[in-house]
Amino acid sequence: MIKFVLMVNQQGQTRLSKYYEPVELSKRAALEAVAVRCCLSRGKHQCSFVEYKDFKLVYRQYAALYVVVGVSDSENELSIYELIQNFVEVLDKYFSRVSELDIMFNLDSVHIILDEMIQNGHIVETNKSRILAPLTAIDKMADG
Amino acid sequence: MKELMVRAIYCEMLGYGVSFSYIHAIKLAQQGNVLEKRVGVFSVILLHDTNLIEVCMALTVVSQMFPKDMIPAILPLVEEKLNHPKEIIRRKAVLALYKFYLIAPNQVQHIHNKFRKALCDKDPGVMSASLHIYLQLIQENPEGYKDLAPSFVTILKQVVGGKLPMDFNYHSVPAPWLQIHLLRILSLLGKNDQSTSEIMYEILDESLRRAEMNHNITYEDTFLLKAAKCIGNFVLSPKINLKYLGLKALTYVVQQDPKLALQHQMTIIECLDHSDLIIKRETLELLFRITNDQNVTVIVEKMLDFLRISEDDHTTIDLVGKVAELAEKYPYKYNEWFIDTMNTVFSLGGDLLQPDIPNSFLKLLSEGDVEEDKKLRLFAVNSYISLLQGDSSKLPQRFLQVICWVLGEYSHLREDLEPGVVVRLLAKLLDMKSSSSETKCWVLMAMTKLCPGGAALALVHDVSETYSSSLDTMLRQRAQELQILSQDSELQAKVLPRSASMEPVEVDSSLSFLDGFVSEALAAGAAPYKPPHQRQEELSRSKALNLEPYGLSLPISISSCSITDRQSPTLLSISSGLSGDSTDFSHKGSRTGYNSTALKLDGVKRLWGRDGYLAQKEQTEEAPRIEAASAVRSADQLGDNNALNSQTPNPTPSPECDQEKQQLASSLFVGLASQSTVSSGSAEQITDPLVSPSDGSDNLLYKSLLDSLDLDVSPPEQTAGLVAPNGSCDAEEEPADADVKEIETPPVRDERVTAEASPHDDPDGSKDPSLASHLPAELSALSHSKVTLLFSKQNLDVSACHVQKEDSVVLVVFISNCSDSFLHQIRLQVDSEELEVRHATENLKISSFSLIVSCRALRLSTEEYGAMWLAFSHDTKQNLTLIHDGRDPLAATLDVLKRKLQLHVVEIIGVEAIVACCLQQDQPCLMHCRMHAGMLAVWLRSPVPDLPDCLLYCCQRALQEL
Repeated sequence: MIKFVLMVNQQGQTRLSKYYEPVELSKRAALEAVAVRCCLSRGKHQCSFVEYKDFKLVYRQYAALYVVVGVSDSENELSIYELIQNFVEVLDKYFSRVSELDIMFNLDSVHIILDEMIQNGHIVETNKSRILAPLTAIDKMADG
Repeated sequence: MKELMVRAIYCEMLGYGVSFSYIHAIKLAQQGNVLEKRVGVFSVILLHDTNLIEVCMALTVVSQMFPKDMIPAILPLVEEKLNHPKEIIRRKAVLALYKFYLIAPNQVQHIHNKFRKALCDKDPGVMSASLHIYLQLIQENPEGYKDLAPSFVTILKQVVGGKLPMDFNYHSVPAPWLQIHLLRILSLLGKNDQSTSEIMYEILDESLRRAEMNHNITYEDTFLLKAAKCIGNFVLSPKINLKYLGLKALTYVVQQDPKLALQHQMTIIECLDHSDLIIKRETLELLFRITNDQNVTVIVEKMLDFLRISEDDHTTIDLVGKVAELAEKYPYKYNEWFIDTMNTVFSLGGDLLQPDIPNSFLKLLSEGDVEEDKKLRLFAVNSYISLLQGDSSKLPQRFLQVICWVLGEYSHLREDLEPGVVVRLLAKLLDMKSSSSETKCWVLMAMTKLCPGGAALALVHDVSETYSSSLDTMLRQRAQELQILSQDSELQAKVLPRSASMEPVEVDSSLSFLDGFVSEALAAGAAPYKPPHQRQEELSRSKALNLEPYGLSLPISISSCSITDRQSPTLLSISSGLSGDSTDFSHKGSRTGYNSTALKLDGVKRLWGRDGYLAQKEQTEEAPRIEAASAVRSADQLGDNNALNSQTPNPTPSPECDQEKQQLASSLFVGLASQSTVSSGSAEQITDPLVSPSDGSDNLLYKSLLDSLDLDVSPPEQTAGLVAPNGSCDAEEEPADADVKEIETPPVRDERVTAEASPHDDPDGSKDPSLASHLPAELSALSHSKVTLLFSKQNLDVSACHVQKEDSVVLVVFISNCSDSFLHQIRLQVDSEELEVRHATENLKISSFSLIVSCRALRLSTEEYGAMWLAFSHDTKQNLTLIHDGRDPLAATLDVLKRKLQLHVVEIIGVEAIVACCLQQDQPCLMHCRMHAGMLAVWLRSPVPDLPDCLLYCCQRALQEL
């Protein structure tokens, strides 16, 4: 099961964080720092899966932005690896060429997208048009 | 306002506490438009809304956070939404139900058929959402959902066949995540079940083929080989991520059959030299699995190499544990190697070591009294002395402690060594600043054991003087011991007899010598002892607000008192259990003696199992993992696979380097090949006698016969809904005349459940009802369950039933012989792990099984019932369906419950009824039923938490089964 989803930039600043298991607010920062350090220190020729304590980190780099997902030991790494790609593709479709700034200023939309895709630590939807359906409906209401 | 809220979320994400803004979020939720509601907190009213988006949002939030207490209020609304025309609403409703199931399983019991409807929904989104529920359900109870396996297979077939709408495709692969999900469910279902797995093979083949479209795999007979081939492709892949996964998969497969690793020797060797630590680690994990006594040294060496460069604490701890495990597995092979390895482990692992590693190392050293052990000890002593003579300040504390212990116990083995020298070395440790006080204690203890004479005595006095004034009480005590014992050599010989050091010290664990003291103290008015958890409980109870009416606080305290009183008998019975255990141990000891003579046969048996049975299990377990991965993989690399496959996957290394690697490979994989030949040979050997098991006193035969029995036990045992002891292994048949043999098996450790095995030879054979008449006389008067046939094999039938005694449930196992020939002697070994486990957790959660078995009628009068009802605090309410069969529905329903669950109907008053039952004398549960609007409203109360919930669930099941 998925434990958390993080988006961080190369400077290590958190841009998005979502936890599917209760973690204390004070411990989150420490956890994020360690996870980010693990991933940032790894080169291109090394694999994208890191074992850290009792869970695994799966990460993917998009320009200056890293997406890090913490999963439990039983999860299939490759499926998570592709899920990250799928998530970014959805963001790309919604924002049309997504950038770090888009994510910073439209945090609520990104959260809605993430909620559609992952619930309670499980992947619930991967169909791009269906993920975006509620969000576009809301946007229409806000406009009209 | 919305903007501010988003900023607050952002702040919280960055780690600042913004609890002050929560209340604003709630305010926001109650006003304004959809967007703001989304940003704020969900309110239940939303569900009544007709607006599509609002309902949708509400359901999303419901499935993310929801308090347990509110589920009954919201459940009908959510259920209603299951029939909504829009697919998105249906999907969300299913997910919300999944959440409900996670937090309170028994509240959604009655809507399981709705899940089935969702599974058959025409929209793939709804269907895939329902898979989450099924994955959870099947994980808990794989047997109950076997009938769904074909439909899962059909779904998978459709998905793989590309029947889904185009927009479900991800990089031209149809819904990879959905496939993974389905495969996971199938693997859970297929475990331990031949027939179900057979249905799946076909589809697994299909999806494999699709996933590996670019690879022309020629199909082999067994699935294992195919899986291995796929993995081969993975491991060879130049993409680093895939390589990692391939290694992982290989690790799983190799656990089942080490031969498979042979094909990939060279790749594995390459991975060992890979620059990425993670890959390296994974490779070591793989090697760890294929270790045998011939390649263990090489593998351990590789692991230690890795340990030296690794920095991560977590990895180190894990790996050190593994090295130690390996080293301990093969200690006698090379004494020096073993000690050296352990030394490296201790010095590298340092103080991160888990404490059980040094403990088991010391245990290994101290056990046994053969010549081999002596050599081992002697070598250990030598190496430690030389270590101490060098620079010992860098050694970790744990290692020093081990050294001290070994020197104290065994340095006398080396005749040429003066105890004084050792003492001097030890004293050097004491003076070191880095030594912790714990280490110093160990040092002093070692000194005490050494009993030096002559020159060193002065040194010892010196040391004990210094430390007897230490601030640390432990240190002070040890120093005192040392001082006194070193002065009085007679006393020392008595306290620390050297020759008897192997004999275990007898400890009176019941502390019976203190009984007198305790009773005296009690008589003098001291409070009786309470175990810590109870103290805690009482403390919290006294702190918490008293919600009960005042008059009731008294009975509670009385009950708690009675619990304390009851502590002492249980304590006694535990100690008696201990003594029972010890006899058991001696029994086992003789058994191991027996086994060691039959050691060869054991090995054979295990291999046979691997070939015959385990492989099949593996296939279903492994395959999903592999191809789940491969499904996604082909998505990613559809394009470049073609190009890559045409190339040779490994760049040819230079010849001499290659040779070196070959050498390493041969040292690593030695033994695997030889093992495989052994296995095929022995399999033949065994199948032969199996055909005609009627004659022969060959040990091998019966071993294999019962081995096969053992294999077959598990599946039928579960379907029968009864826990049968796993009749395992040893059986002997001899040509002697003895018709009935009764063997009392040792009682199960749980005090309440006694397993009694009474095998009856029943020459007339078969599972006729007369089996029940064979019940032992003292049990035949009591009520017993139906005798269920658990399994039959060749000419042996095993059936079981349970009998309810006053204070326990007795499980009776019948073994009947349905052939004409006489069965002369049976040896039965009962391994009742299952029972133990279930009852061990009894206080936390009573599994429904144990409840049905151990539930019994509690006979009460209406007045008693009234008094008890008020005193109990844990309760549950629920509506049950009534049974209509022409009679009064209330009476009919209660009849069913009475029959199935042994409840006692106290009284029926009009449309209401009161019912009682209990688990044990002190664990009653009361039930109040009332007919209301075509339903039976029940209200359960009990002093035991969770008991009402469980009983309710049992009632539901009992009524549904009709």
